[in-house]
Amino acid sequence: MTENGAERRPLLELRELSVAFGGLKVIDGLDLHVDEHEIVSVIGPNGAGKTTVFNLITGVFEPDSGDILLDGESLIGLAAHKITQRGVARTFQTLRLFLNMTVKENVMAAQYGRTKATLLEQMLRLPRARREERRMNEVAEEKLGFFGERLMGYRWNQPAYSLSYANRRRLEIARATATQPRILLLDEPAAGMNPVETHEITELIGKLRDEGGYTILLIEHDMHVVEGISDRVVALDHGVKISEGTFDSVATDPRVVEAYLGTSAAVTK
Amino acid sequence: MSAEVPTPSGPQIGADEWVARSNERILGPRGPFGAVVRAIDRTPRIIILAVFVGFVAAIPFMTSNGYIQGVATDTMLYILLAMGLNVAVGWAGLLDLGYVAFYGFAAYMFAALSGGHLFTGGVLLTDWPTPAAVAVAIVATIFLGFVLALPTRRLRGDYLAIVTLFFLEIFNNFTNNGDRWDWLGLGGTHDVTGGTTGIIDVHPWRIGGTELTNYSRDYMWVALGGFTVLAVALMYANKSRTGRAWRALREDPLAAELMGMPVKWLMLLAVAVGAGVAGFAGSIIGAYHQQVSPDEFTFVLLITVYAMVILGGAGSLGGVVVGAIIVNVLLEVLNRPDHARWVFYAAVLIGLIVKVRPWRLLVAVLGGLVAFGVIVNQIVGAVWPRGVDGPIAVGPTAFTKQGFFAGAIRHWLVLPAHTYTIPHYTIGNYAFVIVLGLVLALTLVKGWKRWVLLVPMIWGAAFVWENLLIEQAPTVRPLMLGVILIVLMTTRPAGLFGQQRVEIV
Repeated sequence: MTENGAERRPLLELRELSVAFGGLKVIDGLDLHVDEHEIVSVIGPNGAGKTTVFNLITGVFEPDSGDILLDGESLIGLAAHKITQRGVARTFQTLRLFLNMTVKENVMAAQYGRTKATLLEQMLRLPRARREERRMNEVAEEKLGFFGERLMGYRWNQPAYSLSYANRRRLEIARATATQPRILLLDEPAAGMNPVETHEITELIGKLRDEGGYTILLIEHDMHVVEGISDRVVALDHGVKISEGTFDSVATDPRVVEAYLGTSAAVTK
Repeated sequence: MSAEVPTPSGPQIGADEWVARSNERILGPRGPFGAVVRAIDRTPRIIILAVFVGFVAAIPFMTSNGYIQGVATDTMLYILLAMGLNVAVGWAGLLDLGYVAFYGFAAYMFAALSGGHLFTGGVLLTDWPTPAAVAVAIVATIFLGFVLALPTRRLRGDYLAIVTLFFLEIFNNFTNNGDRWDWLGLGGTHDVTGGTTGIIDVHPWRIGGTELTNYSRDYMWVALGGFTVLAVALMYANKSRTGRAWRALREDPLAAELMGMPVKWLMLLAVAVGAGVAGFAGSIIGAYHQQVSPDEFTFVLLITVYAMVILGGAGSLGGVVVGAIIVNVLLEVLNRPDHARWVFYAAVLIGLIVKVRPWRLLVAVLGGLVAFGVIVNQIVGAVWPRGVDGPIAVGPTAFTKQGFFAGAIRHWLVLPAHTYTIPHYTIGNYAFVIVLGLVLALTLVKGWKRWVLLVPMIWGAAFVWENLLIEQAPTVRPLMLGVILIVLMTTRPAGLFGQQRVEIV
């Protein structure tokens, strides 16, 4: 299946991916690829299947047919936590933080897959457990430091539920990066944010790629965010890819306009 | 990977001061109890543990009273059980109702390995050294934990509760009927568990050549030693990657799985670790009671241990220890009428003092109570002299019949003489129903009527208490436990030491 001979292999590749829920084809023969260090945005009206794509990639659902390759290796059939350990991390459209754990604990918990001390070693505080614990602490502080002052200092020991909405979104991103992924799947990172925060998160996503070195697949409704950072934009409607290319070409594609606004709007345009 | 880590800074005026001080606004313990909790919070855990262990270890030197030593031993075993249950219930958030089966399994396992008699006369030939028997019993229980958790690893919440409850029922059925085990109809029946009588003459622990036969003292020390090791181990586990993963699983299993945590494995691990702790307690109980009988490991014990965990605060290691102590000591106290009486009147008085404000109203209610009782006593005495001629219920250590308190009860309450024509407990039964009606009425009326109604209700409750309930410890114990849990759950939903949890914000 893999084409090792290809000059530049995409980091993440979806091939002919299809899934149906009780006869309703939610994703229908979707091809998608994300290259290393690329930021790809997925847009589409509500119900187009964007979040389902994320759920398929991260192993929440299994596809009916098609293949998902990470760096040439198939992710199909792997348990969700194995997929995360291979290097795919995501955030959630509806936030799913560990609300009653502290900010730092949230980020440290996500490093479970990157540590190896057994329960017995932890119970006896053996050297490896202590070393890993110190390391997790350092990584957590580093990841939280990515957001400037926002998640630093006194906030470390506060429960996640005490954070503001925007800070919760930041914490979700910090938690995802703590799994040490190769590709980050961000599900509407700007949802529910005010214009200033939206601008900030846009810059942050760019910084994640440039400084953090992550490859990013993004779902976003806010076209300012999509326009500002995307290398490539993919438009979905009813589970089918209707357009792909630069932001300008996709935004002016009649099929995309039709999907968002209906046929008459597309014709008058 | 980020370029620089900004140095953390404290709260500054105008810079998210509100967020910085959010800890002060968390729904935490308040009042004098809150002060105690905060003081305990500031003390390092290891010091609290050392003080507790030192105190309990010294109990046999402080008193030679076998009864008190026995209560201490039972309490230590309950503490171990509560600590184990807390791993699955408090940390991982799994509603495991089969937990007591692990305790029972280990007890049978230890008895079978260490040696004893089946009631049917068969001698268990094994006579393993204690360390080997204990180790194998614990390992086997952990293994059983894995095996039982395996088919349930996809279940959560109510479903897990139902299935694990069935495991407990299966275990009870197996132990009760294991004396006629029929190997698929081949060669008659065999006695495996000793049936309803279980295993008797279980050998005591032997450590370094000495047999532990000063039962209530020795096994208290054994349980305490195990507790010390396990408490430290669990404390460390809770603060490490597995503990965090368990809590993440409790908060949101899907998010935990997608953040790289193997949720199903963590569930198995939580059940198995809990089973291991129960396994240690189980290998003590058989030797301590010199007997393993199937009616010890029932649903009643499960509910008692759950009550301890919930009352102390699920998820808090120190909390469940305190919960186990409170519940077990309370149940012991309620066993004896002379002790239970103090608990009853103290609870009523404390309840009134806490709930009735302002103090003028409190004085009015208390005065009304005294007056109401004396008047009723006089009226009944005039109409039916034998109605106030009954004896006062006393416990093993005689509650003096002439004392001030006894006299007060005689002149305040109505204690009918014990006759066969109208037994006093029949009167108590009718009064019980009337008191329940008054309680219902109390919830329906508002304002001053409530305070007026409160007086006959409390008097009626005392009447029922002295005439009916005080002599019926098996009925009173669950009743009082239920009342305490209801009161606690309405005032402190997270338990005494539990962290108030936020579900949706």
